[in-house]
Formats: sequence, structure tokens, C-alpha cells
Amino acid sequence: MKDINDTPIPRTDPIQSATFTNPINAEIRRAAATGIYDIRGGGAKRRVPHFDDLLFLGASISRYPLEGYREKCETKVTLGTRFAKKPIELETPVTIAGMSFGALSGPAKEALGRGASAAGTSTTTGDGGMTPEERGHSDKLVYQYLPSRYGMNPDDLRKADAIEIVIGQGAKPGGGGMLLGQKISDRVAEMRNLPKGIDQRSACRHPDWTGPDDLEIKILELREITGWEKPIYVKIGGTRPYFDTTLAIKAGADVVVLDGMQGGTAATQDVFIEHVGLPTLACIRPAVQALQDLGMHREVQLIVSGGIRSGADVAKAMALGADAVAIGTAALIALGDNDPKWESEYQKLGTTTGAYDDWHEGQDPAGITTQDPELMARFDPVEGGRKLKNYLKVLTLEAQTIARACGKNHLHNLEPEDLCALTMEAAAMARVPLAGTEWYPGKAGF
Amino acid sequence: MQTFDLESHSLRELNSILHAQKDDTNQTSWEVINARGSHAIAVGLDAPIEVTIKGSTGYYCGGMNKQATINVHGSAGPGVAENMMSGTVVIEGDASQYAGATGHGGLLVIKGNASSRCGISMKGIDIVVHGNIGHMSAFMAQSGNLVVCGDAGDALGDSLYEARLFVRGSVKSLGADCIEKEMRPEHLEILNDLLMRSGADAKPEEFKRYGSARQLYNFDVDNAAAY
Ligand SMILES: Cc1cc2nc3c(=O)[nH]c(=O)nc-3n(C[C@H](O)[C@H](O)[C@H](O)COP(=O)(O)O)c2cc1C
Repeated sequence: MKDINDTPIPRTDPIQSATFTNPINAEIRRAAATGIYDIRGGGAKRRVPHFDDLLFLGASISRYPLEGYREKCETKVTLGTRFAKKPIELETPVTIAGMSFGALSGPAKEALGRGASAAGTSTTTGDGGMTPEERGHSDKLVYQYLPSRYGMNPDDLRKADAIEIVIGQGAKPGGGGMLLGQKISDRVAEMRNLPKGIDQRSACRHPDWTGPDDLEIKILELREITGWEKPIYVKIGGTRPYFDTTLAIKAGADVVVLDGMQGGTAATQDVFIEHVGLPTLACIRPAVQALQDLGMHREVQLIVSGGIRSGADVAKAMALGADAVAIGTAALIALGDNDPKWESEYQKLGTTTGAYDDWHEGQDPAGITTQDPELMARFDPVEGGRKLKNYLKVLTLEAQTIARACGKNHLHNLEPEDLCALTMEAAAMARVPLAGTEWYPGKAGF
Repeated sequence: MQTFDLESHSLRELNSILHAQKDDTNQTSWEVINARGSHAIAVGLDAPIEVTIKGSTGYYCGGMNKQATINVHGSAGPGVAENMMSGTVVIEGDASQYAGATGHGGLLVIKGNASSRCGISMKGIDIVVHGNIGHMSAFMAQSGNLVVCGDAGDALGDSLYEARLFVRGSVKSLGADCIEKEMRPEHLEILNDLLMRSGADAKPEEFKRYGSARQLYNFDVDNAAAY
């Protein structure tokens, strides 16, 4: 073939399409070869307006700060004060989100319990039921009540410190779940009353109720079974946060858990993760508005999750009106997920550190999202728990640092007035002024 | 016999008295009057006691039951005996939607008809319906036995796993991955036992058995339309 570069005529550079990018084309080829959508773990990877688009103003003359090491900045939070006889008291407002046993190994669940307990916070079960490891190692354990009801039983319900009715998740609001056959060990299968090695589908709607009126009766039943002792959380994915929060409160929730689209999942279709749901930043103000409109802000607590990574994120979520936050992905990374020390193995799996998300395949080099005994043995739950505790402490310290700088003696006293936005989008979503102005989109006077 | 009047006392009092009964209680026989469709009656029981409810019940009667025998002398609202672990729940009348949903064990007997989604996602419970059942019954049913002496509605056993379904009358349609299966001696035995224990006037030989074709157990793109 003639080499076109040999001709002297000037040519245009080859230009890659911004629409048909290489990753997009690779996905088209993958779909064409396999005939099935891409399933993966994690949350939305696309960039969406996020806490990074907000800044704290800090204090100076008009507001004075607190002395860093002397003046206290409280972090305690109590969840479930509305109806529960035994609300949950936490040392830090950073909780561990529900992640299923099945998606995670038993030792990984144990490590979450160890780390959370050492830091004075709660952990949450997930699809697949409660394991003795996590109950044993979690001072405060929230028991999820999911559509699949895998492993659901009244004894575990009574052992729980709170009950979380899962309506949706930010990564897949309106979607069910799927645990692929590879990950169904004998133990996982038995807990779920299903044969080993088959794909386990989790329904997207609850089997015995639909709609807000039924939800109210379901909450009544769960309270009656557990003697009105335990806080009842209702977890929703970010879709219509104003209405969903309103309905959850009306149905009798003690706590609303609101998960934005960056929130992780164990395994969902990529198209679902990337294209359904609201960014976390866009969820908080409408939910807080709903709480305020019903006179329930702080009486029904709001836990926000989806892309919380640092103490700054914690502080920003709280300044926008959340009472606490939950972390999933960040907790896994603290345990050792996606650690560069496994790079050569990630390469063999066709991926790289930071991008590994095929958790559903059960081959996690770090031994966290797997049921393979050999891989699981790589993970030390005591060491993992220690790292998680350290990380939770750092998140708390960072949030306190910011709160003190804003002159607040409790993280709860952070307020939208402490914030400004770097972009129009973030200003609109968070309803805080664009940096250097008094204005945000939707506010009169532009 | 202890009598509890739901008109003069609250649901909370009823359930806490029933929860206070331990394995060795002497108060083994209870009667609840004036049920008047209240929700969550006798939920979360965990003792070998007998509770008879006079009148119809609302949602979730006998929910998450363990050990207890609960009789409803009336009809039952949605989700009766949901997630039952053990024990027996008997409904003299009809049952609304989701009867026995996600039940892990025990026996649920419905002497009248059951509405849609009877036995949805059942995980080991035995359900015997003397009359007919509605559509989408035994959806995603995992294990246990569902016995229907009358007819079944549309989409019976859709996406079911290892639960066994026995129907004496007609089946309007079968759901995805649900097929008729051979009735073997061990099935007749199970059926015989359940019919006897539930006081049903039917012979095992009159039933047909349905179960999972197991085609949806591992994702196959050629079955995509059935998911
Ligand atoms: C591995 C994994 C498993 C999960 N399993 C569940 C689950 O069983 N139930 C649930 O409600 N959410 C589940 N989630 C979602 C988390 O509870 C939480 O909403 C999300 O991880 C928060 O966002 P973040 O990961 O950005 O912190 C899971 C998330 C991950 C990463």
C-alpha cells in the first residue's frame, strides 16, 4: 500500500470524535461481541456538579472563628429521635452505608464493623442479610429491609439497632439487584435460600407493599414487631428528593437516607449508573426543604450519601442541612480496594488501579469484594478495621477544622450561609451564591 | 382462654402482651375480639401460643410469625403471614394480595380465595389455598410449597426458583420460566401431608405440579425478553 505521508501535499490532522470517543467505541465493540450490557460496580464516573464546586467562606471580622485546639467543636449526632424508644447515638456523623454480604466478603464486613465501632459510628447490613461477623463487631448496626428479603428474619430484626427500609439507591434508583453466579458460595446461597452458582436477582419493588400509604403500614408493622424501640430509616435514591422525603416523613420515618447518583453499587448496568438519578449536590436542598416545610428538620434526621470522600464533603453536606452522611466507596478504599499494590493483578484483569470496578466477578485482588477463599485470605479484618477507624477520624477532624474556621461549635451549626459556589450549576443546585456575588440562579435580582 | 378487646385496648398493648409470652407460658390460648380490620395484629410472635382473631384483619396479620398458631375468623388483608418463619396461620375467609410473601417456614392455610401475588418471593413456607389464587402468584418463589385447590390466575410462578407449585384446577397462564412438571411419588407424599394438615378436601392425584424450567438461572442474552 502506498504511504500517504510520502506525498508533499499538506493534510489535516486525524481528529478523534468528541462524540464517538475511544472508550465509547470500545463499549460498542464489547456490546457487539457479547450481546449484553456492561455490568459493573461503583457509582457514576462522569463528572457532575459536586461538593468540589462549593467553598467555605470562613470567618474573619463579621464572624469570628473558634480556637483550633482549645474551643470544642462537637461532632455527636443522635438519629431516630422522632418515634424510637432507643435512638442511635454516634460520636461522628460519618456512618458506614449498607453494603451486602455477598458483594463483600465476611472479613470485609467484619472490618467495617471494627473500624466503625472504634470510631463511634454505625455500620449497615445490605442485601443478603445480617452476618454474625458484622453483628459481633459492630456496636451499632443498621439492618436493611430490602425488596429481596434475603435472609430477613425477626431474630436479626430484634438484634439490630435500627432498621433501614431500602426503597432505592442513588446508583440505580428504580432498579433491582443482581449477584452473579460466580459469587454465590455455599454460605451466600444458604443465607438467601437459593441454589448455589445461579444468578440472584433482587426485585426492584417490595413484595408486599407499594406506594406511600402502604409504606406507612409497613413501618407500623416493623415497629410493632420490634416494640417501637428501633429507629426506622427510609433510604431513597436521588430522583425527586422533595416529594420522596415528604412521603417518607409522612409514612413515619425517623430518618431519611438520601443517596445521590455518584453513590456506589455492588453491580448494576453501567447505563443505569451513568444515566439515571440526580447528583448528590442536587438532592440535598430539596430534601431539606421538604423537612422544613413539614417542620421536621432535625426532628427527622437526614443522612446524605453518594461521593463523600473528605471532611470537606462531610462539612458541605451538613452545611446544606444534612444531619449525617454515609460512605460506601470511600470505606472500601480505606480498607484497601483499588490499592496500587495490586496493579499487576489489575492489569491481568484488563484494568488498572482506581478503575477496577468488576466487583461482581468476584476476583478482587484486594480480597474485599469476593467470596473466593484464597483472595479473601489476603485481607486482614483487624488491619482493615484499623485503617477504616483512622480514615473516619480524619474525616471527622477535617470537618471540625472547617467548622471551627466558620466559627461553629458543632458540625450541625454549619449553614448554607457559610458556603459559596464556584459554578452556576453548583450555585443553582446548592442554592448558595456564586462566589463573590449575592446571587444564585433562581433567586430574584439578576 | 385470655380475651383481648381491640376496641378498648390498643394494638401496642396487644402485641406487647403477646410478645411477653415465653416458650413456657401458661397462657397459651388467646382470643382477640373487635379486630375490625386493624393492621399488624399479632405480628412478630415467638411462642407456642394460639391466637384466635374474631373478625377480619388489615395488613400483615401474623407477620414474621414464629411458633404461634394464629386463626383469623374472617378475611385477611394484604401480606398476611408475610415473612413467617414457623408456626401456623389459618384464614377462615379470603386473603388479599401478597399472602405469605417471602415466608421462610411454617404453614399458611387460606380456606377461601387468595388474591394476586400469593406466595411472592416465598423462601420455604408452605401455603395451602382451598379456593383460587390471583395473578402473579409465586413470583420469584424460591422454595417451599404452594398448593391451590381451585384455579390459578395469570403468570403463575413467573421467574420462580425452586418452589413447588401444585394446582388442582386450571391455570390461566404460566409466567416466564414456569413449566408443568412430572408428579413423582415424593411430590404426592408432600401434597398428601399438606392437604391433610390444612384440612383440604382434595386428593393429591387431582393436582398438577409446576416448577422452574431453570432457563433463567444464569443470564443468557437469548432469553433477554423473559427477564
Ligand atoms: C459494594 C457495594 C455494595 C452495596 N450494597 C448495597 C446494598 O446491599 N444495599 C443498599 O441499600 N446499598 C448498597 N450499596 C450502596 C451504599 O449503601 C451507598 O448508598 C453508596 O455506596 C454511597 O455512595 P458512595 O459509595 O459514593 O459512598 C452498595 C455500595 C457498594 C459500593
